[in-house]
Amino acid sequence: MFVSYKWLQDYVDLSGVTADELAERITKSGIEVEGVEKKSEGIKGVVIGHVLEREQHPNADKLNKCLVDIGQDNPVQIICGAPNVDKGQKVAVATVGAVLPGNFKIKKAKLRGEESNGMICSLQELGIEAKLVAKEFSTGIFVFPNDAKVGEDALEYLGLDDEVLELGLTPNRADCLSMLGVAYEVAAILGRDVKWPEIDSANANENASEYIEVKVDAAEDNPLYVAKVIKDVKIGPSPLWMQARLMASGIRPHNNVVDITNYILLEYGQPLHAFDYERIGTKEIVVRRANQGEKITTLDDAERTLAPDHLVITNGNQPIALAGVMGGANSEVGSDTTTVVLEAAYFTGAVVRKASKDHGLRSEASARFEKGVDPNRVRQAAERAADLMAKYAGGTVLAGSVEVDTLSIEPAVVSVTLDKINVLLGTDLTVSEVEDIFTKLQFEVNTEDNEFTVTIPTRRGDISIEADLVEEVARLYGYDNLPTTLPVGAAIPGKLTAYQQKRRQVRRVLEGAGLYQAVTYSLTSEEKAAQFALEKRESIRLAMPMSEERSQLRLSIVPQLLEVLKYNTARQNDFIALYEIGSVFLKSEAADLPEEREHLAGALTGLWEAHPWQGEKKPVDFFVAKGVLESVFDTLGLMENIEYRQAEIAEMHPGRTAEILLDGKVIGFIGQVHPIIQNELDLKETYVFELSFKALADAEPEAIRYEAIPRFPSITRDIALVVDKETVAGDIQRVIAEAGGKLLKEVGVFDLYEGENMEQGKKSIAFSLKYFDPQRTLTDEEVTKTHDKVLSAVKEKTGAKLRG
Amino acid sequence: MQERLQELQEEALNQVTEASDLKALNDIRVAYLGKKGPITEVLRGMGKLSAEERPKIGALANEVRESIAAKIEEKQKNLEAAAVNEKLATEKIDVTLPGRPVKKGNHHPLTRIIEEIEDLFIGMGYSIAEGPEVETDYYNFEALNLPKGHPARDMQDSFYITEEILMRTHTSPVQARTMEKHEGKGPVKIICPGKVYRRDNDDATHSHQFMQIEGLVIDQNIRMSDLKGTLEVFAKKMFGADRKIRLRPSFFPFTEPSVEMDISCKICGGAGCSVCKGTGWIEILGAGMVHPNVLEMAGFDSKKYSGFAFGMGPERIAMLKYGIDDIRHFYTNDIRFLTQFHRHE
Ligand SMILES: [Zn+2]
Repeated sequence: MFVSYKWLQDYVDLSGVTADELAERITKSGIEVEGVEKKSEGIKGVVIGHVLEREQHPNADKLNKCLVDIGQDNPVQIICGAPNVDKGQKVAVATVGAVLPGNFKIKKAKLRGEESNGMICSLQELGIEAKLVAKEFSTGIFVFPNDAKVGEDALEYLGLDDEVLELGLTPNRADCLSMLGVAYEVAAILGRDVKWPEIDSANANENASEYIEVKVDAAEDNPLYVAKVIKDVKIGPSPLWMQARLMASGIRPHNNVVDITNYILLEYGQPLHAFDYERIGTKEIVVRRANQGEKITTLDDAERTLAPDHLVITNGNQPIALAGVMGGANSEVGSDTTTVVLEAAYFTGAVVRKASKDHGLRSEASARFEKGVDPNRVRQAAERAADLMAKYAGGTVLAGSVEVDTLSIEPAVVSVTLDKINVLLGTDLTVSEVEDIFTKLQFEVNTEDNEFTVTIPTRRGDISIEADLVEEVARLYGYDNLPTTLPVGAAIPGKLTAYQQKRRQVRRVLEGAGLYQAVTYSLTSEEKAAQFALEKRESIRLAMPMSEERSQLRLSIVPQLLEVLKYNTARQNDFIALYEIGSVFLKSEAADLPEEREHLAGALTGLWEAHPWQGEKKPVDFFVAKGVLESVFDTLGLMENIEYRQAEIAEMHPGRTAEILLDGKVIGFIGQVHPIIQNELDLKETYVFELSFKALADAEPEAIRYEAIPRFPSITRDIALVVDKETVAGDIQRVIAEAGGKLLKEVGVFDLYEGENMEQGKKSIAFSLKYFDPQRTLTDEEVTKTHDKVLSAVKEKTGAKLRG
Repeated sequence: MQERLQELQEEALNQVTEASDLKALNDIRVAYLGKKGPITEVLRGMGKLSAEERPKIGALANEVRESIAAKIEEKQKNLEAAAVNEKLATEKIDVTLPGRPVKKGNHHPLTRIIEEIEDLFIGMGYSIAEGPEVETDYYNFEALNLPKGHPARDMQDSFYITEEILMRTHTSPVQARTMEKHEGKGPVKIICPGKVYRRDNDDATHSHQFMQIEGLVIDQNIRMSDLKGTLEVFAKKMFGADRKIRLRPSFFPFTEPSVEMDISCKICGGAGCSVCKGTGWIEILGAGMVHPNVLEMAGFDSKKYSGFAFGMGPERIAMLKYGIDDIRHFYTNDIRFLTQFHRHE
């Protein structure tokens, strides 16, 4: 809502309060003023001029040579390119030395050999938005009414010596969608009175009811309909001050009748509609729900197909307006209109919202109906508009109005105790302080035993419960004046849950290992949603996606991370390692909501080791990625519970992928992305992992038990084995560990050889075994005995041969 | 004999001084101090001396021996040091070459902001509550005083999956769920961080997915002044003790009275600049006293209990704090972006 500072003074005395101060006070009391625009900022030296002569420029077809009286001793010659400039017009002249918006300075100039001493201005050149300039002046200069005084400040005539406050209204404050509503708010803040416009009543001897009949067949949508009739109107421009106020409020002037309806919409917050009486075609107005498939062409020349949940105004046969949203073209006020039927109605928000939404028509009128207009202003607005039509459109207002009224208006009565206010706010207010606030708001209040019973004016439809009153008190008392305290009460320790702690810890481990945390979108394409999914399920689709690219809920994170790798490698980053912990969404047949599972995913590509100047370069491989994950498992105390199993996953390299098992259950995978997919994404060798973080975090590790620091030496023995290529290290290691028994403390791979000098289909693998007893020093014989057992078990169970 | 000893001493000392390496020095030691050396020789001839002279010469001989030994030792140390220095000289490196990089990754900047806020409130006795990102219409709207058809639902156009299920538009449903779990008994003191979703076209200031972090306190006698005090502590710790805060009345369907909090602009110090759009203030969060309808719907007696809630956007805070100009950076994950938030400041 745009509020002209000058206009507001019609209703409330603003003396001693500048526009900026007012903005600050309004903001502090609850309505955010988003800006204060000084309309004349950057403009000076523009006066009213009188075009005395106009002839075509001798050297240019499209230029006019004008002699203009600007109120100085001699008229000046001005070259003007506007097509509509003519002799006898009163125009805005930027004189030599004037400044226009954009710091455009007007100087004496020669245009095609002819002297020009200034510029005749269009409204756009004076900083008015093109969409607000009346159509007849939109492609040329603005022409003032003839009574404009030559030499006077043109900005004053145009109402540009004004400041406009832009209010950011929240949905509850629909009362401030009108100048009068804002006046009440400002009056409450300043502790001043509200002045209402004076309305002269009609004195015609004909009655409106002789012209028109009104029937409402949808009283629940339209409990009040008021029609007035104004005859003998002469359509023409509205007075300049009215046009200026409309433009300041963001509405384009059209003609006097339409401008008056818009002016009242702004003044009272009550949308009005003017029909051309002749064009209605019948002598009746019937308000009803539309028939299925019924059609109307609205004022914007669009044909709209209606449905029974839309409310229409008809002439008894066909729709002439889409109620509360837009008039119909068939009954539009035009230059030949002489009799006007003025509609002031109370339409309910729901029915207007439906129509405006279905037809994509958001108008100043629909916005107000949707949020609820003040039922008590409907008649007043009609009377005021009719009066203005008499004054500024030469009309005669017929006596009375034609009404259908089924509306019962009971103002809300709400009570609150002083104690409740003080307890909820933490204040120490007295009865009279609170009463004073209600009085400033012009709420009627009765106080008994520290309880306030407040009658709420109908303009404030947002107030209906105790808490609403507390808020009114708080905002007018001033949030700045509230005391500052902290909650008192039993102290409860704040802490992270074990799950949350693990999440933070895992993040740190991954980051310490060199991975950056990514945050990607949960919504993705149908194709990507299920790629790399741990559990293949149908992905969940949005009912109305904004694009196919973001239409499904992800089942896995890896595709999103690969997208990030692709983005980064395309920008010359040669090493990228990322992880993400986030939710994936699994369709659930049993419950309403999908199952959301927190996953941990990672993706690595490029050079893992790259010494800046020693020439060392080692790309990421499977074991780099595995090592990263192992540090996570170790941190979570799950090293003993994790197993890897060769696996095949469609999107992964068939030979370089493992399933990860936690206590025998598959919880994730790790491996190289399938080279075909790598190619599609322009990626080099890329390793990824994704696992259920929830499974990891929910697993309970064993408690930490201190083990004595060894006092006796250990004995290390190595074995080198030749085995089939297919035999995996993990299996051999398991055999060794079993056979080694209690004395075998550690076993690890220390060499692997698959190259030359090996028999076809064989490989050599070497293990290092550490024997140790915490109680004593082991003898060589004891170790040899156990070690021999290990060797024979390995030979027997894995078919291994000892190597040289 | 005395003369002979003095001669030997002088001769030996000269040779020591001239010795250029450890081997030469060792030769000198063997030559003069060894069992077959000239001093021993001299001492052997002591038998010929008188009883008075004998101790004198003996003492002198010892003195000469010791002085030579001391001189040799000193020289040896010098030679050894010289040898070490010579070796070290060949080991010289260019200390200005860069160090070997240690692998490091880091938090996403949004996590950094969220953890900072979480920790701040954990210190004030709050717990962290989390909930589903796909929600029912009931928890996302109705339980928060936004019945079907409420005009404020327009304010947050949503991604519905079915008529009753949608991507949550705020983290407030976590508040509603947590309150319900408390079965009408306080206190509740939680912080709810998480991802939320709205039907916005992605541009420099909008994102269809973003983060939110909300707080909720419910107990008997929670006052609006408690909210004010809590927000003040938060703002000073998060943005610096020198920042001023301002509370403005506002409107949210789930709180009443409602508040918006501004902090004084850090860039211009309150004088007005382009970042604060000339106002000197920057809007940082929304808050308010929990609406009685919300309390009642979650099973709390609104006559007995009251509470406050607040919510803010980590993206906005990060953008202000680090001067980030485009919200899409948070979700593009450009490595050149992510690597900028790893250090203390
Ligand atoms: Zn600033």
